[in-house]
Amino acid sequence: MKTNLMPAIRLTLATLVLFCVVYPGIVWAIAQLAPNSGKGEVIISGDKKYYANIGQVFTEDKYFNSRPSAVDYNSAGSGGSNKGPSNPEYLAVVQARIDTFLVHNPGVAKEDIPVEMVTASASGLDPHISEQAALIQAERIAQVRGISKTAITDLIGKNTEGALLGIFGPSSRVNVLKLNLALDALK
Amino acid sequence: MNTELLGVIAMFVITVVLAIPFGKYIAKVYAGDKTLLDPVLGPLDKLLFKLTGVDEKREMTWKEHMFALLTINMVWYLLCTFVLMNQSWLPLNPDGNPNQTADLAFNTSISFVVNCNLQHYSGESGVSYLSQLFLMFLQFVSAGTGLAAAAIIFTALKNRTAEQLGNFWNLLVKSCTRILLPLSIVVATILAFNGTPMTFDGKDTVINMQGDSVQVSTGPVAAFTAIKHLGTNGGGFFGTNSAHPLENPNYLTNMVEMFSQLIVPFAMVFAFGYFLRRRKFGWMIFGVMTIGFLLLVIPTMIWEINGNPAIGKLGVDISSGAMEGKEVRFGSAASAFWSIATTVISTGSVNSMHDSAMPLSGMMQLLAMMTNAFYGGCGAGILNFFVFIVLAVFISGLMVGRTPELFGKKIEAREMKIAMIVALLHPLMILAGTALASAFPEITSANLNNPGFHGFSEMLYEYTSSAANNGSGFEGLGDNNLWWNITTGIVLIFSRFIPIIGPVAIAGLLAKKKFIPESAGTLPTDSATFGLMTLGVIVIIAALSFFPALTLGPIAEYFSF
Repeated sequence: MKTNLMPAIRLTLATLVLFCVVYPGIVWAIAQLAPNSGKGEVIISGDKKYYANIGQVFTEDKYFNSRPSAVDYNSAGSGGSNKGPSNPEYLAVVQARIDTFLVHNPGVAKEDIPVEMVTASASGLDPHISEQAALIQAERIAQVRGISKTAITDLIGKNTEGALLGIFGPSSRVNVLKLNLALDALK
Repeated sequence: MNTELLGVIAMFVITVVLAIPFGKYIAKVYAGDKTLLDPVLGPLDKLLFKLTGVDEKREMTWKEHMFALLTINMVWYLLCTFVLMNQSWLPLNPDGNPNQTADLAFNTSISFVVNCNLQHYSGESGVSYLSQLFLMFLQFVSAGTGLAAAAIIFTALKNRTAEQLGNFWNLLVKSCTRILLPLSIVVATILAFNGTPMTFDGKDTVINMQGDSVQVSTGPVAAFTAIKHLGTNGGGFFGTNSAHPLENPNYLTNMVEMFSQLIVPFAMVFAFGYFLRRRKFGWMIFGVMTIGFLLLVIPTMIWEINGNPAIGKLGVDISSGAMEGKEVRFGSAASAFWSIATTVISTGSVNSMHDSAMPLSGMMQLLAMMTNAFYGGCGAGILNFFVFIVLAVFISGLMVGRTPELFGKKIEAREMKIAMIVALLHPLMILAGTALASAFPEITSANLNNPGFHGFSEMLYEYTSSAANNGSGFEGLGDNNLWWNITTGIVLIFSRFIPIIGPVAIAGLLAKKKFIPESAGTLPTDSATFGLMTLGVIVIIAALSFFPALTLGPIAEYFSF
């Protein structure tokens, strides 16, 4: 024990400097060259600043709605619902979300609602919805805003992101924040 | 073929291809041979040893190795508890987060020292940036501890007859500086350029488009996330770990993070083969591990891609899979793949919420940690698998009527006793822990987030994750209280150090024995037959001990659908 204690303490202090100061220092210095100096990707719109990767709550009819969130998109924290798949209370919540969605989007058939629009994400901050989830909201947006539906669907098409390099990962999703910013810019 | 599946296949194949040369490199590092990075890292190691006055050339026996390992782990634990319990007044606390309570600090410190990273707090509110940096330090050195322990086994099995097995400080430092540090810088750079923050500013306040004011948590995330995966630690910077859009912003970072948690465990297996100059032996181990992994991951992916039938009955389109607790940018296939990769390896980082996975997917995640032998964490994978190899050698030796021997060393009663203790400790910790928690429903039932069988699974998962030093959770469980902090903390200590000391002791005892040259009577340990034998031992131990508990949890839930 005694033969090891002093070397252990000294080695701990030296490696502390290496891994707590030097290593993050190097990464921090490299990150200064990254977009927005490593402070996360932001979008500046007018005098407002948004984090591109942090989803926002969109519940108003004039905006494309985002996914349900267990933390109401409060990005001071993060969290999923952690509800088990067979939990009856949880299934009742999902049913209520479906009903609410149909009330706000009367023309939409139930079987066209993609499951991600009625289930909460893992982080509670998911910035994306699928392209299909945006398309079924086009009719409502067009009516509320008085813009033609084709203009809306064109806008969705323009804001749809594909798979990585076209071959890896989910093939069509939209960043709800970017889409809504583009929507506000339309008119 | 569908792009979600292609993404998953690419992640796996790219990692295997790169793990082979990296394994060769690791073998060279531990053998003390020349490597490409010597000109940069050689002086760094020399400086570290010169500054600290540590003699890195003094040869140690297996016992001396273990004393050194336990001493330095104790120092880390005490320091970490001090930092966590005093973080509110220590520097680098821009958000003004409070001190951790004694029981939470106990659990957090143990859990990071043992490479588990069970987190009973949320990173946004439970720790300061100084604590995050200290925890990051532990992510390096706890992974280094596991790797060093595996390297002692490498050395012990290579030496013909020897007591002296290298120097622990040397193995520890080299594991951190030669293996983990260079890759961490590369991975952190890729993350930083893809939108992961690397800043020391506190929470930022923004007004969202609907006019509400919200805060956004940031921090030195890129550096943290890189080593969290490379060291197979898995502790998240944010509460939701790699599901958080700043910790894992897009599909590319998801691939990189998946690569970085698989690469060292893969490479260590190949390094084992290269180090012993028995490459076929390395491939045998890799083959067994891969078969086990595929048996777990393929069904899980199918269940998750098919979606939740209970939601399907409500009439919506479930073609994108079981999306509760999953992120759109990863999709159900990559999330299912991650959930098994992170549980077979002892990473425990998540990019989806395991609590919301389908019942049988949850069972696969549990089984991945219960078998605890496929790939495994940094070094720990080799240690755990080594125990199963010893068991398989012994059993197959008895079956064919030969003296069981491994690499020319006889395996006798003493080694077998140690191997059995290590192998049985794992089910004991999990089942006794869960049984105890179930026996006190007045304390534990209020912590459950789901009723019925799923609630039982939440408790079973917590102890399984602790015993496998994994760190993921069915996060619905309200675990920041005396019961969970203390009981899982105790499980963590036993399940880390006994599976390190046991295998190293076996290897140390074997190393001392007389070498018997291989003959026609020797049972080859690098054959497919022996591989299947080992797989059989693993399956029997896991299935027999855990099947009853699984029946009460995920299997019952599945049949109640």
